[in-house]
Amino acid sequence: MALPEFVLDRREAVPALIGRSEDYLIVSGLAGTSKDMAALTGDGANLFAMAGAMGGAAMIGLGLALARPERRVLVVTGDGELLMNLGALATIAVMNPPNLRILCVDNGHYGETGYQKSHTSLGADLERAAAGCGIARTRTVTQASEIPDGARLLREGNGTAFVLLRVKPTDPPAHKRTLDPSSCRNRFRGALQGG
Amino acid sequence: MAIESGRGERGPEPVEGRWQDALYDFLRQKGVSIFAYVPDAGHKILIERSLADPGAHSVPLTTEEEGVALLAGADLGGARGVLLMQSSGVGNCVNMLSLVKAGRFPFLALVSMRGDFGEGNPWQFPMGQAVEPVLQAMGVLTLRVDRPEEVIATVGAASTMVFQSGEAVAVLLTQKLIGAKPF
Repeated sequence: MALPEFVLDRREAVPALIGRSEDYLIVSGLAGTSKDMAALTGDGANLFAMAGAMGGAAMIGLGLALARPERRVLVVTGDGELLMNLGALATIAVMNPPNLRILCVDNGHYGETGYQKSHTSLGADLERAAAGCGIARTRTVTQASEIPDGARLLREGNGTAFVLLRVKPTDPPAHKRTLDPSSCRNRFRGALQGG
Repeated sequence: MAIESGRGERGPEPVEGRWQDALYDFLRQKGVSIFAYVPDAGHKILIERSLADPGAHSVPLTTEEEGVALLAGADLGGARGVLLMQSSGVGNCVNMLSLVKAGRFPFLALVSMRGDFGEGNPWQFPMGQAVEPVLQAMGVLTLRVDRPEEVIATVGAASTMVFQSGEAVAVLLTQKLIGAKPF
């Protein structure tokens, strides 16, 4: 089965899929997706953005979703970050928290290190991996006409959802963001407990 | 009925005087609600207790580093967790502990030791002997427990260090405490 092409631009597709970012507690993976989310949220207090500890984003999201069942939790991460710890999808499927959503922004490349091809350019299909791990609600979004359906899957429903967004290997938006994880933790916890 | 009938011997029901049951109850009293683990014989009773506890999340992991990230996420949401792992799992956590150290996340782990006192499997020695230097290199303090009567006091000390002081602490349940596998 041929994998879908990379045609969408992440600068347009990611905000269109997520909509009102303030409705979510957000964990973002390294590099590209942290820049996407810093731009979308204005480096907001509802964002815990990573810049290291690669492979941890989805599991941070699971912990947060278990701790805060009354809030929607959104993990936004890249193909390379997710590939580093694919077992997390199996763990998340076992727990299946109803308030967790995972958006994988798949550009088929390791953008931060010079756009080397990742496994998703070479045959790996992360939506099928998520479904195979047992996540019941999954979609692949490859063109603009599929965005409304993907957005509904993220926003609505009662069960962990996984959306694979295939995008062109082009740069994310530039936005200043907090790189110190301790400051980011304190800001996130402070905002959550205050609100 | 048939499914339930075998549970008497090794089910999740607490057993009077068993340190593992006292430890589970103690962790719950300290507000720990998330138990994350890669299955290990040394943690069998804690795992079974967490599975049977409707007030706790019992989270099976595919690799121990998942647990490091999970507990950080739980802390972001204001919940307390513990990572249960065998000594070999410590090696799987190393880079993910960057998150704990740089983020100053509280982190509590219980490590059942292999590759140490009385070990009969040579595969267990490299990581077993590296547990303390590896954890200490990543900023995780270690406390060893050799005797059943020291378990609660030691985990109590660790939980204060973790949940009040914000430190990262691993309690090492040694083979003097849990026994060595002789094979």
